[in-house]
Amino acid sequence: MQSQAVKQSGTAGRIHMIRRGMIAGSPIMLGYLPIALTYGVLASQSGMSNSELTLMSLLVFAGAAQFLAVGMLAAGTGAFEIVIATFVLNFRHFVMSFSFVNRLKKIAFRAKLPMTLGLTDETFTVSSLYRREAKQDYGAYFFSALILTAYVSWVGGSYLGGVLGDIMPQRLSESMGVALYAMFIGLLVPSVKKHYRIAVVAVLAMIINYLAQQIGFSQGWAIVIGTVAGGCSGIWILSEEEEDL
Amino acid sequence: MIIWMIIGMALVTAIPRVLPAFIVDIVSFPKWVDRWLNAIPYAALGALIFPGILSVKPEAPQIGVIAGLTAVLLAWLDLHIILVVLGAIASVFLLTL
Repeated sequence: MQSQAVKQSGTAGRIHMIRRGMIAGSPIMLGYLPIALTYGVLASQSGMSNSELTLMSLLVFAGAAQFLAVGMLAAGTGAFEIVIATFVLNFRHFVMSFSFVNRLKKIAFRAKLPMTLGLTDETFTVSSLYRREAKQDYGAYFFSALILTAYVSWVGGSYLGGVLGDIMPQRLSESMGVALYAMFIGLLVPSVKKHYRIAVVAVLAMIINYLAQQIGFSQGWAIVIGTVAGGCSGIWILSEEEEDL
Repeated sequence: MIIWMIIGMALVTAIPRVLPAFIVDIVSFPKWVDRWLNAIPYAALGALIFPGILSVKPEAPQIGVIAGLTAVLLAWLDLHIILVVLGAIASVFLLTL
């Protein structure tokens, strides 16, 4: 009797966390869909088949790198250069993944591993701001649902873009290009409101990223440098109460 | 040919993503590294916002700035993040009329 009751609440707990994860991931969905549609359109224009461009979204799941690859393909660049450029552009996820897994100590390795595969700028930053869930029961369900929501909208949007072509009015899809930046701002501002010193970390990272690009680093390396060096300031700026940041 | 390129891209993207999961399981970090890693999300947000937002409309960077400030204002007023995003989209849409 008792064990059945526990099991019941376990299932309810899982469903609850999955639902909350999907809600937490919905802003990413809103940001990804127009970009994924655009990617699908551009990729099919550059000569990729629908299955190839969808497969790329399934296996790579990295927006900026996929746009870069499509642009380089259209320009006739070789596959090897494209793979190298992808590595450079996506290396920032190595830094982000460190921060991500370090906070998920309570979650089992076998659950963490597939989650790290789904880390993008967006899934990382959104899930990082849900600190309590990392310590709650069934936290893994929360983060998996969040990441899968983003993943499904990215892959589905790419496929639809390839199949349907340009369906969105150009002005609308151009305006929607600001969506992910607005989401990043919408994630940062509440934390800054709570602790003003967080603004120091973010602004330092902005300045370092900007300067690195000015002196000739590629966008990929500049973001890595800005994130690592800006994050360094947190060693002094974030105090021991970081737990509730 | 394209398929090999996709597989290559998938590998060089996936390996840096999964590697930390193995490392963190073996190594335990001192406190200051924890603080550093806890600051990474905020630093990443900063680096992802600027200067990228200036290229929302590459020929008119002020549009990105205005849309960004709109988002800051809406977020400061504690609006839900979906509304922050929609507000910024609307501001770009109106500015490019």
